[in-house]
Amino acid sequence: MALAFRGVIRNVARRLQVRNYADAPKGDEMALTFAAGNKVFYDKQVVKQIDVPSFSGAFGILPKHVPTLAVLRPGVVTILENDGKQNKIFVSSGTITVNDDSSVQVLAEEAHPLESIDRSAAQEALSKAQSEFNSASNEKAKAEAAIALEVAEEIVKAASA
Amino acid sequence: MLGRFGPGVGTQVVAVVYHQPNRNMATLKAISIRLKSVKNIQKITQSMKMVSAAKYTRAERDLKAARPYGEGAVQFYERAEVTPPEDDPKQLFVAMTSDRGLCGAVHTGVSKVIRNRLSEPGAENIKVICVGDKSRGILQRLYGKHIISVANEIGRLPPTFLDASQLATAILTSGYEFGSGKIIYNKFKSVVSYAQSDLPLYTKKSIESASKLTAYDSLDSDVLQSYTEFSLASLLFYALKEGACSEQSSRMTAMDNASKNAGEMIDKLTLTFNRTRQAVITRELIEIISGAAALD
Repeated sequence: MALAFRGVIRNVARRLQVRNYADAPKGDEMALTFAAGNKVFYDKQVVKQIDVPSFSGAFGILPKHVPTLAVLRPGVVTILENDGKQNKIFVSSGTITVNDDSSVQVLAEEAHPLESIDRSAAQEALSKAQSEFNSASNEKAKAEAAIALEVAEEIVKAASA
Repeated sequence: MLGRFGPGVGTQVVAVVYHQPNRNMATLKAISIRLKSVKNIQKITQSMKMVSAAKYTRAERDLKAARPYGEGAVQFYERAEVTPPEDDPKQLFVAMTSDRGLCGAVHTGVSKVIRNRLSEPGAENIKVICVGDKSRGILQRLYGKHIISVANEIGRLPPTFLDASQLATAILTSGYEFGSGKIIYNKFKSVVSYAQSDLPLYTKKSIESASKLTAYDSLDSDVLQSYTEFSLASLLFYALKEGACSEQSSRMTAMDNASKNAGEMIDKLTLTFNRTRQAVITRELIEIISGAAALD
């Protein structure tokens, strides 16, 4: 009886171990999925650190971060890859999900690498957004223009940094 | 056939014989008209195939990019074990179709899933949002009172995130307080295969009551609200992409088959046309020769 029981325990233990391996990131690794409507940047890739701007303040995510949800605000997401390479991507809006298995999903409405942003075009967009904000007649148009303005400001800031 | 030789139809046979030359000339003309129209149809289906092949390659490329996006959006619901609330029977179905037909059974497949659900008991708590005119056309007659809104102008251009967010806004501002819901769409598998699939729709309320939500840190109502709204748009975006890709691939197959069938028809018609023409020539020759022989 005891022997059989031990067998069961071993089996269970083995199964747990197997599942640990199958579920990809083991221990202190985190798998990042970073996708936008226009492109996929990372698909379940293991990275070192992610810095994200959110409405409750910018924060960095390291492996074993406490599970959380957050909403992206326009700004630059910085990803530190495993080989030490830093990748900066500008995002307009979206969500961040950190799950209990240390997997991170950053879903953006639109995202572009910082190096592909044209500074003069960004300036232009900013002045256009400003004039639209000033000429907005009703509440809804004003709110929309305010969002456009915020994004444009952040793009210019990111491009000139 | 035998009836012709039966009693009482003699006059008819005579009449037919009498009109024979006239009719034969007409058939020759009729066949050539028919042949021409089938050839035109084949041209159309062939070019439609080419167009959808080009659109399909683009849609598939887009879909590859959208897949991690959709999976990422669903991930949270799976990890946090969000379940639809049991005390709220109100459901919302979103039918992902498009405005364009001639693409096999993609639209009927989606509509069928919803129709089957609506024909089951408890359907009075279900409302449907039709994306694309096709699903409306199918569901309207029998289940018109379940439809709350219809989106059109879907399928002409590849879907964008803007389309998805407009859809999400329409769903959120429709005034229908659903407890849970499903997006029914065609999941693309390969060029020749797709299957109806569904994505869950959750409200803020069901997320708040999820069993594992307590594991998540620093949540406030505002964040959850924005999160749900954005994730609704992401899911819709993903479903739109899957649907568009299935539709184009299915249209490609459908048009390929149609071209093949038209080709077969053209072969048969050409054969009949040549035979008839030959028959007409022979008959005219016989007429001339027998006329000449009668004069001798």
